[in-house]
Amino acid sequence: MIGTALIGTGHLVRLALRRDRILLPIWILFLVGITYSTTTALEELYKTPESRALLGVTANANSAFLAMLGPLHDTSSLGGLVAWRWGVFSGLFIAIMAMLVVTRHTRAEEEAGRTELISATVVGRHAPLAAAVIVAGGTSLLIGVLQALALIGKDLDATGAFAFGLSTASVGLVFTGVSAFTAQLSENSRVSNAIAGGFLGVTYLFRAAGDAAGESGPQWLTWFSPIGWTEHVRSFGDDRFWVLGISLAAFVLLVGVSAYVVTRRDVGLGLLATRLGPAGGTIGTPFGLAWRLQKGSLIGWSLALLVVGTIYGSVAQAVGQMVQDNPALGQIVQQIGGADAMVDAFFATITQMLGLITSIYLVQAVLRLRSEETSFRAEPLLATPVSRWGWVASHAVFALAGGAVVLASAGLGLGLVHGLRTDDLGTVLPQMLGAALVQLPAAWVIAGVALALFGLFPQFTGVSWAVVSVSLVITLLGPALQLDQWIIDVAPFTHVPKYPDIVAGPLLWLTGVAAVLLAAGFAGFRRRDLTT
Amino acid sequence: MTSAISVSGLVKTFGPTRALDDLDLNVQTGEVHGFLGPNGAGKSTTIRILLGLLRADSGTARLLGGDPWKDTAALHRRLAYVPGDVNLWPNLTGGEVIDLLGRLRGGLRKQRREELLERFELDPRKKGRTYSKGNRQKVALVAALSSDVELLILDEPTSGLDPLMEAVFQDCINDERERGRTVLLSSHILAEVEALCDRVSIIRNGHCVETGTLADLRHLTRTSISAELAGPPNGLANLDGVHDLVAEGNRVKFEVDSDKLDLALKQLVSSGVRTLTSQPPTLEELFLRHYEDAK
Ligand SMILES: Nc1ncnc2c1ncn2[C@@H]1O[C@H](COP(=O)(O)OP(=O)(O)O)[C@@H](O)[C@H]1O
Ligand SMILES: [Mg+2]
Repeated sequence: MIGTALIGTGHLVRLALRRDRILLPIWILFLVGITYSTTTALEELYKTPESRALLGVTANANSAFLAMLGPLHDTSSLGGLVAWRWGVFSGLFIAIMAMLVVTRHTRAEEEAGRTELISATVVGRHAPLAAAVIVAGGTSLLIGVLQALALIGKDLDATGAFAFGLSTASVGLVFTGVSAFTAQLSENSRVSNAIAGGFLGVTYLFRAAGDAAGESGPQWLTWFSPIGWTEHVRSFGDDRFWVLGISLAAFVLLVGVSAYVVTRRDVGLGLLATRLGPAGGTIGTPFGLAWRLQKGSLIGWSLALLVVGTIYGSVAQAVGQMVQDNPALGQIVQQIGGADAMVDAFFATITQMLGLITSIYLVQAVLRLRSEETSFRAEPLLATPVSRWGWVASHAVFALAGGAVVLASAGLGLGLVHGLRTDDLGTVLPQMLGAALVQLPAAWVIAGVALALFGLFPQFTGVSWAVVSVSLVITLLGPALQLDQWIIDVAPFTHVPKYPDIVAGPLLWLTGVAAVLLAAGFAGFRRRDLTT
Repeated sequence: MTSAISVSGLVKTFGPTRALDDLDLNVQTGEVHGFLGPNGAGKSTTIRILLGLLRADSGTARLLGGDPWKDTAALHRRLAYVPGDVNLWPNLTGGEVIDLLGRLRGGLRKQRREELLERFELDPRKKGRTYSKGNRQKVALVAALSSDVELLILDEPTSGLDPLMEAVFQDCINDERERGRTVLLSSHILAEVEALCDRVSIIRNGHCVETGTLADLRHLTRTSISAELAGPPNGLANLDGVHDLVAEGNRVKFEVDSDKLDLALKQLVSSGVRTLTSQPPTLEELFLRHYEDAK
């Protein structure tokens, strides 16, 4: 039975590999390359055991670091540092890779009606899902092994190297399973990705919250996160391979459940039933339509960042507490300005990270224009009296003003909780709203790049995601990777003034750059052909 | 008569592909004009240029007296368009899309909308993602046909409809003709064009090869004749315009150029005719001959 249900899987795997022949090598190169370059950079920076030990003390006392990267378990070797600096992000990125690949070859294909076409040929019922799982899971394993080899190439301990590589691979496998399952839920690939992405975000937050306050915090939360599991492997320390068994079990369970659901539903439909809607509509403007299409994402992002803000807001006070409790740190902390300065630095890091994350929302809001165009949905609209300008503006406003709403929600979460805990809501709330909103011009620049690509080089609109990733990597890892200053300067978030020293100058010129890019995008789109 | 659409010398290239190559097209106000050509001939490209969605490389295009690239919004108030690939928003119902497109065009006739939904047997409460291709097309058709506009541009609007709905569509187009609207109907369904259109333009490889009324185009076609004669046929074989002659005893079968029919019949009568069947030229044949000749 299973044999016939899998007929044709090989063909579909080859088809998927052909379609992804550019995308997958880029992912592999990226995830393996950063592993290698992070190791090189950290090797330069922390040559002596003493310098590594000092880093260990400061890193584990800094809530912002703990929330973002997790604890630094072992400083006896360079490997421990690499696992700390890069492990969580390596897991995040491979999860995104697995998610995009699985959805692209399952639900997106089904939505486009191509699965129907293929199912009518000699292809088993389970073949499309199996092929997607093989491609995403196989790529994850390959990335893991290559990461291990890269680390061994840097003369690191082989056991630790494989513990690290396989940890990364395990996150890829879990999210292969997660997306295989979310692909069954909805008829819409966008929704499938949103659910899987939401799951990734929430579980990342679980581990962030669990790690942020150190020993005194709710560390058990990290056990509810696939990325948290990789921390518990403690690569280059205890090398607890058994923890990977949890990931493997989750992978097998999720794929099994998904395969079961496949046998229970019709091709093209999802588990979440669709109901009848209204027989008539009230939408009568391009903006009305854009609101309808974008509001779900805007509300979802705002709520998510509100929650993230609340979580970080609630650990901020503990940051100050922790340094006071730690005599070894006392001197260093006094040098940088005391516990208050630590809390300020925490907020500076956190708001920058929130800004970077928000830029993903902005780009996604802009790219809606392109997906509307390529799916032929823009054409009937632009054949009505709606002007090209009006149509682009109707979506761009969600990136520009919507970005402000998302950031303000984050600031609100930070400010409310931290304000209440410090009994100073009146000053803290506006401060935190400000600290979040100063990120906006830099996010606008990224949205501007996306719109300019859309207007001028529509075939390359997807490059916007590369721009987001590069900006993320440069801003978060640039200093650690010891990149040249000019590279760091290219990333717009580099120039955002750090809380609490807010100055207007950079904000104005960043806004100016964004305006030029947006204008180029608008002008380009007005003069070009609609293309698919 | 004024021209609703007049296009001359239109060229459009996509990289190495020459989608339109010196295309001419003339649609008069108030007529239903068939725009006929095989897949890839350039029909959709022409229509997209007329809608200002694509920009022509060279040549001129006038639509309702305006420039389709420059006067876009003003012109679009006066026309409705049904695309060849109708794709709806997954979360909007058919009814919401119909009302949206209608409102954007400046309002639609409520009563006509209801009547069309009934005639096309379309449930407007379903979400876009659950409609079949034919039903998506119906949504776009109802939106276009219930708008108060002068010109309808329909790009292969019936390619997903079943024969019953095809008949409903033809009725609707005849209604529009009576109301004095101009219709540009692109199609590769010959029977539809034959049943509906006042005039036809045939396009191949981006070039208009023929234009005129169906009657005008008949000179390009052949009529098939089969007859039983009183005696053996004579003289037919050498007659100008007679092709593929098969004679078995007193029976003959042949094809004759439609404008040489007279002579051929005289020749038959001279042998005495017992039975005679003739098949009139179909557009299908006309179409085939144009594209066969090219090979
Ligand atoms: N955006 C495009 N890019 C490249 N080639 C195109 C594009 N649009 C149309 N073509 C090509 O132009 C020719 C005409 O296409 P089209 O106008 O769609 O034909 P029809 O509608 O008559 O089937 C075809 O060869 C097609 O492949
Ligand atoms: Mg076409």
